[in-house]
Amino acid sequence: MSKTANKLLELKNLCKHYPIRKGILSRISGYVHAVDGVSFSIYEGETLGLVGESGCGKSSVGRTILRLMDPSAGEIYWKGERIDQLTRSQIRPYRKEIQAVFQDPYSSLNPRMRAADIVSEPLRNFEKLSQAKGRERVRELFALVGLRPDQMLRYPHEFSGGQRQRLGIARALSVKPKLIMCDEPVSALDVSVQAQVINLLGDLQKEFGVSYLFIAHDLAVVKHISHRIAVMYLGRIVELAETAELFNRPSHPYTEALLSAVPIPDPKHQRKQIVLGGDVPSPINRPSGCHFHTRCIYAQERCKVEEPKLEETSPGHFVACHFKLNT
Amino acid sequence: MSQTTGKPILEVNDLRTYFYTRDGVVRSVDGVSFSVSEGETLAIVGESGCGKSVTSLSILRLIASPPGKIVSGSIRFHGEDLLGFSDEQMRDIRGDKISMIFQEPMTSLNPVLTIGRQIGEVLELHRQYTKEEVRRRILELLKMVNIPEPESRIDEYPHQLSGGMRQRIMIAMALACDPEILIADEPTTALDVTIQAQILNLMRELRDRTRAAIILITHDLGVVAEMAQRVVVMYAGRKVEEANVFDLFEKPMHPYTLGLLNSMPRLDDAASKRLVEIPGMVPSMRTEIVGCAFAPRCSSASERCTQESPVLKDHGNEHWVACWNPVLVKVNV
Repeated sequence: MSKTANKLLELKNLCKHYPIRKGILSRISGYVHAVDGVSFSIYEGETLGLVGESGCGKSSVGRTILRLMDPSAGEIYWKGERIDQLTRSQIRPYRKEIQAVFQDPYSSLNPRMRAADIVSEPLRNFEKLSQAKGRERVRELFALVGLRPDQMLRYPHEFSGGQRQRLGIARALSVKPKLIMCDEPVSALDVSVQAQVINLLGDLQKEFGVSYLFIAHDLAVVKHISHRIAVMYLGRIVELAETAELFNRPSHPYTEALLSAVPIPDPKHQRKQIVLGGDVPSPINRPSGCHFHTRCIYAQERCKVEEPKLEETSPGHFVACHFKLNT
Repeated sequence: MSQTTGKPILEVNDLRTYFYTRDGVVRSVDGVSFSVSEGETLAIVGESGCGKSVTSLSILRLIASPPGKIVSGSIRFHGEDLLGFSDEQMRDIRGDKISMIFQEPMTSLNPVLTIGRQIGEVLELHRQYTKEEVRRRILELLKMVNIPEPESRIDEYPHQLSGGMRQRIMIAMALACDPEILIADEPTTALDVTIQAQILNLMRELRDRTRAAIILITHDLGVVAEMAQRVVVMYAGRKVEEANVFDLFEKPMHPYTLGLLNSMPRLDDAASKRLVEIPGMVPSMRTEIVGCAFAPRCSSASERCTQESPVLKDHGNEHWVACWNPVLVKVNV
């Protein structure tokens, strides 16, 4: 990714806390710190992968960017303009530019709507097209994502999982967005179909220059599709780097362990595996200092008390660790 | 890696499990054969709907009937056909000689019983233990699957445990009676990668210690490469290829196996090249398939493939392939 590319989206210290209510008075007894000070930017035409294990807050980041939820703190900028405090009506024009593809192709499509109506709904919302023109656009979109025009009048249940995900992509593309937030777009699909959807996303980026925020837990998929990757752990970004850099020189012990835990489909492969002990701690009672110190094999006294800041170790490579590896 | 020993403990022969639904007969498993020996891990891979889970449920005779029915075939355990067993005889086998780990550790545990009760149930059914013996054995099992503080965990409920811990409990339950065969149906699919690594390590360790045979049902070829000695690839209810794990990854002969390997993004790839797609999708199981089920998606399909069902043929070194035009080049992995 060239550094001259335009910055589309910028997050500064984004936080999302969910209150936990207890008792008959629903008093707030604590907070789930789902997103805890996340900062990154997405440039035009690039794919930023956001990885982490379940509960790390990656989906909350995506939903906050879409303003499906309001951030608890922090700032969101779209092309330099601050958008996190806009009202519902003020945010409308930005909704056209940031679209989404969700994980579950079964529940993210209205079962009572025909495929053509699903795909054209954003069009009807944001663009005043004549009926004939609208139908023409839907036909184009169907062709673009590899669906047949005769499938336009069908209902979602008549499509397979992969085809439904194509419908979701066509819907997101219909208003020519600049950024598509993809939240686990292929994890519900079988391997052979997954490849079709990944290739489609790549082709569309080449053709239209659209950017993706690609949220997923499958590192192989993220590596394949992303230009840069951010690794999250318990609400924070622990490492962010260009894809090759991250895989060749992981500097955070969590990234190192995460990469080594992925099974390689080659029986002759001898890997030096780092198996982390224990589970991810709860985002309600988070460990002090570095959140990862309870599972980290390199942890020392300092990690328990002092929170490491995200620092740039080499151009474009950010790490939040007191004892960085490979530097 | 443990060595496979000669005599198979379980031999599945020409198994056919059909489901009789209102919309017609679904041939979920349509003539599948394989065997497992002591200390061996056999992986059954395939995509959703290929019949891999139904195969594993059929072995334990857990197919709901109706609508399901094991139509033909035999499942020989130490030479005796399980299909001829009475329900009572089957109950003695399940959880004792052959046990199973399911995919969903969230739904396969009873939420209102403590961990101890659930593991203990297996022991009460199959062993004449006293209360103290049961408790001692449960603690031993919890330690074996690396549950921290087993003395306090034994009285906890499933919701108090994380997903990885619940899967450990499932494994402890399955191992309670030292089974000869452990069937693991997607044991790590619901888990995060770092937890998956823990569970796979544990399963390998236990296999080497107990010499149990493992039938591992999965869609993840990475897990297969790490765990299995032999692999059966299924497509649309049939076995399309079987080989030892090295041959399968190095020289897959069925176009579907090759397609699966090529369509996966891999961490060990240097540059991101375009993935090779398998066009189309898995056929509907409701209509009878004429010829090779993979033919409509196969690039090397010929006239013969659409008419005649391919027969399994040994291409040397116990490498079985059901294909009229097998791939004969070695791929560079």
